[in-house]
Amino acid sequence: MTPAGSVRTAPVRAGAASRGRARLRGTPRRLLVGALGVLALALLWELYIFLAPADGVIVGGVTVLPRASEMAMPHLWVMLERILEPVTGSASAVSMLQAVLEASLFTLGISAVGWIVGVTVGLALALLMQRFKLAESAILPWVILSQTVPLIALAPLVRRWGAQLEFGAFTWENWMSVALIASYLAFFPVSIGALKGLGSPDANHVDLMHCYAVGWWKTLWRLRLPASVGFLLPALRLAAASAVIGSVVAEVSIGLRGGIGRLIVEYAGAAGSDPGKPWAPIFGSILVGLVAAGFVGLISLFLRRFRRGEVAA
Amino acid sequence: MTTAALPVQHAVEVTEVSRVFAGRKGASVTALDAVSLTVAPGEFVSLIGPSGCGKSTLLRLIADLDTPTNGSIEVFGKTASQARIDQDYGIAFQQAGLLPWRTVTGNIELPLELHGAGKAARRERAAELIELVGLTDFAGHYPDQLSGGMQQRVAIARSLAESPSLLLMDEPFGALDEMTRERMQNELVRICAETSAAVVFVTHSIPEAVFLSNRVVVMSPRPGRIRDVLGVNLGRMSDRGENLREEAEFFHSVSRVRELLHGAAPTGARGVESR
Repeated sequence: MTPAGSVRTAPVRAGAASRGRARLRGTPRRLLVGALGVLALALLWELYIFLAPADGVIVGGVTVLPRASEMAMPHLWVMLERILEPVTGSASAVSMLQAVLEASLFTLGISAVGWIVGVTVGLALALLMQRFKLAESAILPWVILSQTVPLIALAPLVRRWGAQLEFGAFTWENWMSVALIASYLAFFPVSIGALKGLGSPDANHVDLMHCYAVGWWKTLWRLRLPASVGFLLPALRLAAASAVIGSVVAEVSIGLRGGIGRLIVEYAGAAGSDPGKPWAPIFGSILVGLVAAGFVGLISLFLRRFRRGEVAA
Repeated sequence: MTTAALPVQHAVEVTEVSRVFAGRKGASVTALDAVSLTVAPGEFVSLIGPSGCGKSTLLRLIADLDTPTNGSIEVFGKTASQARIDQDYGIAFQQAGLLPWRTVTGNIELPLELHGAGKAARRERAAELIELVGLTDFAGHYPDQLSGGMQQRVAIARSLAESPSLLLMDEPFGALDEMTRERMQNELVRICAETSAAVVFVTHSIPEAVFLSNRVVVMSPRPGRIRDVLGVNLGRMSDRGENLREEAEFFHSVSRVRELLHGAAPTGARGVESR
């Protein structure tokens, strides 16, 4: 964040106007660059299939470049065509598109629950660490350590512990285990980002709040939280991506049916005879990720005011 | 002088105050050593001295942003801490320190909002202050759309928001260019005349100190001490204006402060309290 006191002598109205123009010019350009990036990736894929030998490049018995056969690397149009066909040859099969979209929605829902829980826990930890120096030294190493535990190791544990939970009408279900694991990944960037953001106000601003004789909560609400937005938004985006990845991976390791993770594993088996099939759920998971990121983008739209300091004029 | 007829209670009373900062491995830095100073209500006092003379430290002690190692500080007869809690002073720093996500109006309203003033009252007071500092056309602008001088004016308006009887200013014009600086000084003189608040003003600039002050406190570093206090006979705040900078008395005071600052050779005027 640029210090608020930085001397900027540029004429006021011209500055504001040029920023407005830059945004108008910027958005289509950003979209174009994004589209070009995707296109470049597609071209690279097809180019490799075209140029590389079908059996790959093998040097002394070691495959250094992958095989480019139709089974190993199907053409993009094969993948796309496959999405529009039914899942299986049987007459009752639903279309691949429908199956993938349903699974995507399922995973998105679980990711959302995981994200909300993760963000809540992450924020709470950050607040605790900001408030008490002791809490920071006690909690922060564990927060960092928590991310070194492999997800695969965690999933069966969570499932087993969850299965033992039962009070009243409530029973722990498998999707909750998946959401919990998603939140386990999601809380990390939030707690770190929020901690950094809450500590980001200038000493100047903190002094000012002290002069105003306001307590920690008011300082939090009026100063620390608004100042942390610039750090929080990238953390929320990262958390959204982590929640999606966490859900997909946890679905697989817990064995939850109905989600995109399960489809990926299921369809991967078909790669030998139906090379386009495994790609459909992969595209589905990308879609889930994009929707999640887009949602955070929507949040940042509402919080634009709090990022003024960062906007380069 | 403006101070003569006012009641005995001091705006600020600093008595034998020392501030020692503990350094690493037992090495400590004495930022202030047995400093005593009083500021009368409505009086403008500048603290001037080279870097490290403790002038900012003294201001922070008065603002209760720091506590003295020894000695006592009273603000309007209360402890500095109580005075802070009672919001007896307004403060402005070298950096304007505006919240970037609030408009000019929002920034000026901040102290009022924090202390529970009603929305209508806040708006009214903010509009008044915005007019006072001449930013009426910029009420809805954000700090990043303002020049450094404008930001500083907003900061001053904010410090005046709750009509304090004491203003603490730590080099508020330090980051401004010379032209803006002189214009801001003229405005501050006018504002002080209108609000009749006492001011403790930290600065590096000799002409600035002389132009603004009733008294100039010259400090020396290592350890921070008050070398001398110089009364400035430039008349009442309300009568001070641009022309003052051309007057002989102004130049006379400037050169006396300069002598005191470079103070190796004590001149005849040393120690004279010409109030």
